[in-house]
This record gives sequence, C-alpha cells and structure tokens, in this order.
Amino acid sequence: MNSFGLTIAVPRGALFAPTLDAIDRLGIDSAEVRANDRKLLFADVGIVTMRPSDVPTYVEAGAADIGITGKDVLMEQSERNVFELLDLGYGRCTMVVASVEGDPDPGAEALRRLGVVRVATKYPRTATSWFERTGRQAEIVEVKGSVELAPLTGLVEAIVDLTATGTTLRENHLVIREEIAVATARLIANPVAHKLKAEAIDRVVERLRG
Amino acid sequence: MIHPIPSGTRDVLPDEMRELRAITEALRGVFDRSGYGEVYTPAIEYEEVLLRAGGGLKPAYRVFDDHGEVLALRADMTVPIARLVATRYPTADPPLRFCYFAHAYREVRPHRGQMREFLQAGIELVGAPAPQGTAEALRVLCASLDAVGLEGYRVGLGDASLYPALLAAFDVPVEARDRLMHELATRDFVGLEREVRRLDTGAEEADLLLAVPQMRGGPQVLEAPAGPVADAVGGLRAVLELLPDAVAERVIFDLGLARGLGYYTGAVFDVYDPALGAPIGGGGRYDDLVGRFGRSLPAVGFALGVDRLHLALAGEERG
Repeated sequence: MNSFGLTIAVPRGALFAPTLDAIDRLGIDSAEVRANDRKLLFADVGIVTMRPSDVPTYVEAGAADIGITGKDVLMEQSERNVFELLDLGYGRCTMVVASVEGDPDPGAEALRRLGVVRVATKYPRTATSWFERTGRQAEIVEVKGSVELAPLTGLVEAIVDLTATGTTLRENHLVIREEIAVATARLIANPVAHKLKAEAIDRVVERLRG
Repeated sequence: MIHPIPSGTRDVLPDEMRELRAITEALRGVFDRSGYGEVYTPAIEYEEVLLRAGGGLKPAYRVFDDHGEVLALRADMTVPIARLVATRYPTADPPLRFCYFAHAYREVRPHRGQMREFLQAGIELVGAPAPQGTAEALRVLCASLDAVGLEGYRVGLGDASLYPALLAAFDVPVEARDRLMHELATRDFVGLEREVRRLDTGAEEADLLLAVPQMRGGPQVLEAPAGPVADAVGGLRAVLELLPDAVAERVIFDLGLARGLGYYTGAVFDVYDPALGAPIGGGGRYDDLVGRFGRSLPAVGFALGVDRLHLALAGEERG
C-alpha cells in the first residue's frame, strides 16, 4: 500500500503515461507499473490498472478509493455515484459529431429529407442526449470497434466520437461538424472514502492541483 | 422450470433471512425501548397524495385503479408517515415517535445493495424541533447500529440549509444558486468550481464557496471565524453540544453533505462503514413536510437499508 493508504484506479490507454507521471508527483513509485504490461494489481503501491471506462465501476463500489478517468467516460456513465474532485488537465480530447467530407453534410441531409439521422458511436448516452438537447431525431447505433468505418459503409450518416488531433477522422475522409464537449482527465473518489479517508484524499487533491 | 422475477427485485431464502431477521430484531428492540411505536402503511398510495411532499423523490412505479385514479408505490416511508400523522393524529400532543420496517421502491440501476424494491428500517420523530430532536435521532441511530454489532461505522452530519444560507449571504443571483446546488448535489466539484468562478462575487467569497463543501472532519470543522460560515454552522454546534461522547465520537461533520431527497430543511446525516462503498442509510430534518399534509410540526428521522447493513456486517466479519 502507498503512503496515503488509498487504492488508486489507474486507466490504461492514452491516459496511462500522464497518469503515472501524476502518481510519481504524489511520491508513489510507479516504476513497477510502467515496467509491467500484463500485471493488473500492484498491491505494494496501492494501484490497480484497468480500461478507463471501468474506473467509475471500481470507484463507485469502493474496490478503489480514488481513480483517474476521462470526462468522456463520466459523461457517458453519469448515473455513477462518485465524487468528481479535480480536473487534471491532461488527456484533452473533444467529443464531436463528424460525417463524410463534402457539401451538403450527409447528416444534415438525412435529417432534412428523412427526418432522422443515423449516428454510430461508442458513447450512446452522450450521443442520445446531444441530439435530444438540440431537438433533432437520431437513431443511435452502438458499435464497439472503429466508429469511422460506419459512415464509410453506409451504415450511418454521422458519428459521435472522441478525437484528440483529428488525424484518424481526416484519414477516413470525415470532417467535424459539431463539437459537443471538451474532455480531460478527472480525479474521482468513492463517496464513502471521501468521508472516511478525507485527510488522505485532500492531500492527494492538493498535491495534484499544485 | 425457471420463472424470472422483475429486474431490481430478489428472493430471500432461509439462511439469508435468518441473518436479516437478526438485524431487524436488534433494531426493533432499540426502537421499542426508545419509545418508537411500529407502524405500517400501504405500499401503494394515491400518487397525488405522495406528490404533496413536493421536491422529494418522485414515485417511480404507477398504476391506474378501477376508478382511473393513479396509484404509486412509495419511494420511502417518510412521506407516508407524514400523511399518517396529519390524518390519524390531527390533535395528539407532540412529540410523536414512530418506527417502521417496510419496503420502498425506486427506479435505480440495480446493483449490489441497491435494489428497486428494498427493505428500510427507520424512525420518525415528529414534533421535536432542533436541536433536541436531532440529537435524539442521532442517539437512537448510534444505539441501533451498536445493537446490530456494526463496529467501524461513522455518521456524516451536515446541514441542508448551510450552503443555501451562504449563497444568500453572498447575494448570489437566484438562477446561479440553482446551478451551484445542482453541481453540489451531483458531487461534481469541477463543475462547482467552474460555476463559482463565473460569479461576480469577490475572490474571498468564491474561495469560501469552494472550500466549505470540502470541509469535513471532527468538531474543528465547526470552528469558523465570525462571519457567514460561522452563522451557517450554528445549528450543527447546537446539536453537538447535546450529543453524548459515544455518539459525538462517531460523527464526521461534513459541510458539503447533500442528500438527494428534496424535503430536508436542516441537519442531514449519512451512515458510512469502511466495509461498504455506499452509505448504509441516512436521514435528517424535514420541518416543512408534515405541514404540507395539514399539520405543521417539525420532524426528523432516519432510514437504514437493511440489505446494506447486512453487507457491511458481512464485510466487517471478513475484515
């Protein structure tokens, strides 16, 4: 266990390296975590690693006291009972609506002529709420893999996805039509740990804020 | 043959039932010795009667009866007991003390310790104002948890009127108050910071609005310098003075504590145990609620989730 006495859920993927840098700033040695690709549980330093979208699950249940994940994940899982404590600033991405390049926008054209736009996404709740809030009818198609494929094959007219640099979109001849929200990495806490381990959690927040 | 049951409900078989029964019997003993008489009310009520509570949890499951009236399954026992007090005890001398063991129904994402149908055990103390009534409820709460054998529990104690009082003291515009309260209720401190920085209050006030909801710990939390924060924690200080040491030691003062139910007017509390990742139960003061049903009496109460209590006990046993 680390000096804070906190179990920390660390996301693998794009947020992994900057999160471990933040862990180092807390004075927790992340060397073993960096060196080991397959291992998931590092009890000596109180770290568990997982997919970013699993972080809220572990933190909500108290299997981890605190965790780091993207705002995109928190938006998609808004019913999770966790405290959102700090915007860590890194891992900046934008949730966008994109469609095949050219004029007119196939998404807008589908809405105009057919009344409904089909939208592929890994973020069905974020996408549903965005089209609802903007007063447009959408048929949300949930996919697990590369979303970019869906508009290219005619499965849908638009996608809702997260993009950092826009390279993947461009390579697939897709252009951003709307920006829904900017997502950065967030520090979250279990609601009970936030009370029972208040002092340790406040120290973590203070160090990461500085 | 396998026959399904609705999502968020479950069967209880004898081994588990025996353990649950041991918990509820221990609780019943404490409630009874403390002078709380057990009541039961219908699980299903007229929706318009439940909605008189305003602001609280809206009933999630509704049906029509044979006259076309809308019936609803209760979301908690506090609202039905407020109705019961106004209806069955229109003139009885307060304070009135009731306890209950009853199922409530909520539209939630079912997971461990959170079913759509769940058993609550609790008390309502009607006609006993703050701070004495609040202190009595906290004493009964701790005696109940001691009686079931829970060891590591703590009680988070906050005040639902605290943050609104601060917002009023700092002349925060009404529209902005709703946004701030929403961020607090959804426990989004990043959102709270964004909304607070948007206000045109002074930097010092903004810092206080961000710092206060994060203040939690021992009685030192209540030691604010004279000013709006000190005024706002006055109610909690008064409660603390009435608590016996054994209860006061369990309390974590939490100036950011916000409970989801809308009818709380003063002290609010949540019960935590290190063996469970979610609160075991909670309660608070609802001084306006009984009045909405026609008899104006201050009141306080708490409810414990019996399943969660069971999970916490099992967790403590495992260590």
